[in-house]
Amino acid sequence: MSKKIISMNVNGKKVEEAVESRTLLVHFLREKMNLTGAHIGCETSHCGACTVDIDGESVKSCTCFAVQCEGSEVITVEGLAQGGVLHAVQEGFYKEHGLQCGFCTPGMLTRAYRFLHDNPNPTEEEIRVGMSGNLCRCTGYQNIVKAVQYAANKLREDAKNPVAA
Amino acid sequence: MNAPDRKAALQGMGDSRLRKEDARFIQGKGNYVDDIKLPGMLHMDIVRSPLAHARIKKINKEKALAIPGVIAVLTADDLKPLKLHWMPTLAGDVAAVLADEKVHFQMQEVAVVIAEDRYIAADGVEAVEVEYEELPVVIDPIKALEKDAPVLREDLAGKTEGAHGKRYHHNHIFTWDAGDKEATDAAFKNAPVTVSEKLLYPRVHPCPLETCGTVASFDPIRGELTTYITSQAPHIVRTVVSMLSGIPESKVRIVSPDIGGGFGNKVGIYPGYVCAIVSSIVLGRPVKWIEDRIENLSSTAFARDYHMTGELAATAEGKILGLRAHVIADHGAFDACADPTKFPAGLFHICSGSYDILAAHCTVEGVYTNKAPGGVAYRCSFRVTEAVYLIERMVDVLAQKLNMDKAEIRKKNFIRKEQFPYTSAFGFEYDSGDYDTALDKVLNAVDYKGLRAEQATKRADPNCPTLMGIGLVTFTEVVGAGPSKICDILGVGMFDSCEIRVHPTGSAIARMGTITQGQGHQTTYAQIIATELGIPSEVIQVEEGDTSTAPYGLGTYGSRSTPVAGAAIAMAARKIHAKAKKLAAHLLEVGENDLEWEIDRFKVKGNAEKFKTMTEIAWAAYNKPPAGMEPGLEAVHYYDPPNFTFPFGAYLCVVDIDKGTGETKIRRFYALDDCGTRINPMIIEGQIHGGLTEGFAVAMGQLLSFDAQGNIQGNSLMDYFLPTSVETPHWETDFTVTPSPHHPIGAKGVAESPHVGSIPTFTSAMVDAFAHLGVTHLEMPHTAFKIWKELKAHGLTH
Repeated sequence: MSKKIISMNVNGKKVEEAVESRTLLVHFLREKMNLTGAHIGCETSHCGACTVDIDGESVKSCTCFAVQCEGSEVITVEGLAQGGVLHAVQEGFYKEHGLQCGFCTPGMLTRAYRFLHDNPNPTEEEIRVGMSGNLCRCTGYQNIVKAVQYAANKLREDAKNPVAA
Repeated sequence: MNAPDRKAALQGMGDSRLRKEDARFIQGKGNYVDDIKLPGMLHMDIVRSPLAHARIKKINKEKALAIPGVIAVLTADDLKPLKLHWMPTLAGDVAAVLADEKVHFQMQEVAVVIAEDRYIAADGVEAVEVEYEELPVVIDPIKALEKDAPVLREDLAGKTEGAHGKRYHHNHIFTWDAGDKEATDAAFKNAPVTVSEKLLYPRVHPCPLETCGTVASFDPIRGELTTYITSQAPHIVRTVVSMLSGIPESKVRIVSPDIGGGFGNKVGIYPGYVCAIVSSIVLGRPVKWIEDRIENLSSTAFARDYHMTGELAATAEGKILGLRAHVIADHGAFDACADPTKFPAGLFHICSGSYDILAAHCTVEGVYTNKAPGGVAYRCSFRVTEAVYLIERMVDVLAQKLNMDKAEIRKKNFIRKEQFPYTSAFGFEYDSGDYDTALDKVLNAVDYKGLRAEQATKRADPNCPTLMGIGLVTFTEVVGAGPSKICDILGVGMFDSCEIRVHPTGSAIARMGTITQGQGHQTTYAQIIATELGIPSEVIQVEEGDTSTAPYGLGTYGSRSTPVAGAAIAMAARKIHAKAKKLAAHLLEVGENDLEWEIDRFKVKGNAEKFKTMTEIAWAAYNKPPAGMEPGLEAVHYYDPPNFTFPFGAYLCVVDIDKGTGETKIRRFYALDDCGTRINPMIIEGQIHGGLTEGFAVAMGQLLSFDAQGNIQGNSLMDYFLPTSVETPHWETDFTVTPSPHHPIGAKGVAESPHVGSIPTFTSAMVDAFAHLGVTHLEMPHTAFKIWKELKAHGLTH
């Protein structure tokens, strides 16, 4: 099958690769870029384990072709920590026991990252609605809600105190 | 450091230590099977049957093989010369690896395509042509037993003896019973009150977020097979693979890497694994197979499908005199349940529950139908969920008949604290329990009387927009399988194991025969060792899942890790502790009797200044052991539990049902669990949240249903209900601690309790909302549409 050269920015790095038109973004990231954080759980856009951030929106990479991301800025879970420091959402999931088997976690984290960007001071209900595109089979979500709350607080504190951040 | 600080620094048992495994998962560095990429790796995909029962007339591979990049197409005929077209199941039956002349359920494996990448493999699957001749389909297990029902398993023609005794019908697998039939019949004959109810526990699926998969890699030069696999029991997989392939067990390495949830779905050995292994052996290249979600829901281990009848005999005052249970168990096309060999219905005979019932008898009949095989999966060992559902439902039904309160009737029948160890009418010896305390704590916490008063007011008000229901369950579980004198899988006793090595500088590594799938073993196992040996959890590495390095164990399912492997850890640690004491006595030049243990050190009695820490002792073990002592500080222990453990709990749920729409709001769910000694309260609470959420899903929405042609309906996440954060209720948790007297650290296991206990609690609440209208039972799942129909039947809505 013929291939097409695509270029995009993944976690701050410009990448250029030849892909088949039918290659899904999740396979491109996992198999070409060796970024195996995004997982495949359902292939029908329901579970959200494959969630990544594309141009400022949460996108399920199992139902998006790599060629659709030509020129895009893509952030995966591997791109959340900066300079060896965990992002607040990563810290929150660790501190509040927001994960068990870890399979949904990368999708949860990239979704929480975007959600808190869009809504820095959410209520519990807003968190539950905002995170509802991502399924978890282990935690029952209660600690995921707490993890997002933890991250929201931390991000607000950091914003108030940019030097310490 | 003073003693309390030293103790805290260990992060031992009882500490809500944060999880060691999280660092990799939160940074996208987990290592799941699909993350594994080997040089030259091929991809396998499966051709599946669109029909539930059909004869295969012809398979045409030519078009598939013509696709560039397709390497091979294998069918049953290709596996026949290797005698691998059928494989033994864990339940004493055989299952088709690839359909041999006939398909027995929709989505059954018919052929595999091996190709250069997963897209080409999928193209190949599309191009394989299979001609079928349709056969009549049997979906209902009761109809399967009718005289003129179609013969499903032609391969068993004429076999009147199965793995578990006589077969009386061509679709009958086994009849198993427990308890005392005569005594039970007598109790019923003379009883002032009897009740009976039919209860269907529908077919559901555990649906872990990661599907099943494998990467099989056979090295033709060395003759060695390495297989990465989503397995909850890698050692048993190694034994089975060795038996099937003829490769010595020493040349088979099975690795369960990170696993994205199991819940029992990843105990069995599936055709996909076998085909990938065979393909790798035949082609001499690594072969990856990763199932998709539809395949996972359609063909891998389902749960339940128990068609039950429960009966209770009682006095007019509500004292239960007898229990009778009968089950038609739909096992699908092949009997592939992963039960201990001697228990074809698992531990269903725990169905006398938390109650002192003198006479009890149960019968389970296993039946073949045109559905996928499997049968014990979903966060429950061995049919305990079904058993608890039966007894808890029946106690409610009896209470209703006698117009008694649900809490009152339970208290009247509880096994009393002083009766433990208690031998049930089915022969289980319950280790410990304190059911009254647990129930009282819950009733007080939720103001049970207040809730009943509120319900009475609402029932009296015809304009009240909602029906209020209160569910109550006081369950007893049986976990920790199990004593090898009664529990084995394929003849291998259900012990578990631990190997601990303390390094010269005082850090340690521990390896176990279990495998974590989210339970946090790397965190909690280290805590047991920390407390036993005084080594900080932080410097204890825990490894599992690689059969080349870990000692043999039976794996992780049915809440067996803490009761069995947890005990093995404590016992291995105690062997090290005993040697360390000898070393300390040598170093301090005193007798062993002059020493006492304190947190992380042996000190000379009456002289707090003279001591040796475990770190110092470890160095000495490698550096200057006393004459006659082997150097080193390590131990292995294989723990064969003397008994099961019996966790219990008291759960209460309040629901408000909208009379207009039938929609249910879970107002409150209060879960009190007693799992004995608690190793990590944070992890326990997390497990309980997860189990309750799975229970909520089963009770309120999950169902694998089939039409009359055997088409599976709802086998993707479009239809199969997995609750999101929006539907999932808020959970309130509580606990009591009644240690197990026979377990080295008193722990009982916790993960499956919330699943087992919550499901009947939801049904109890839903029925309770309608109880004043004479309703005694409602079948799951309690969807809004079904409840709306119930409301309509009672004239409560239009």
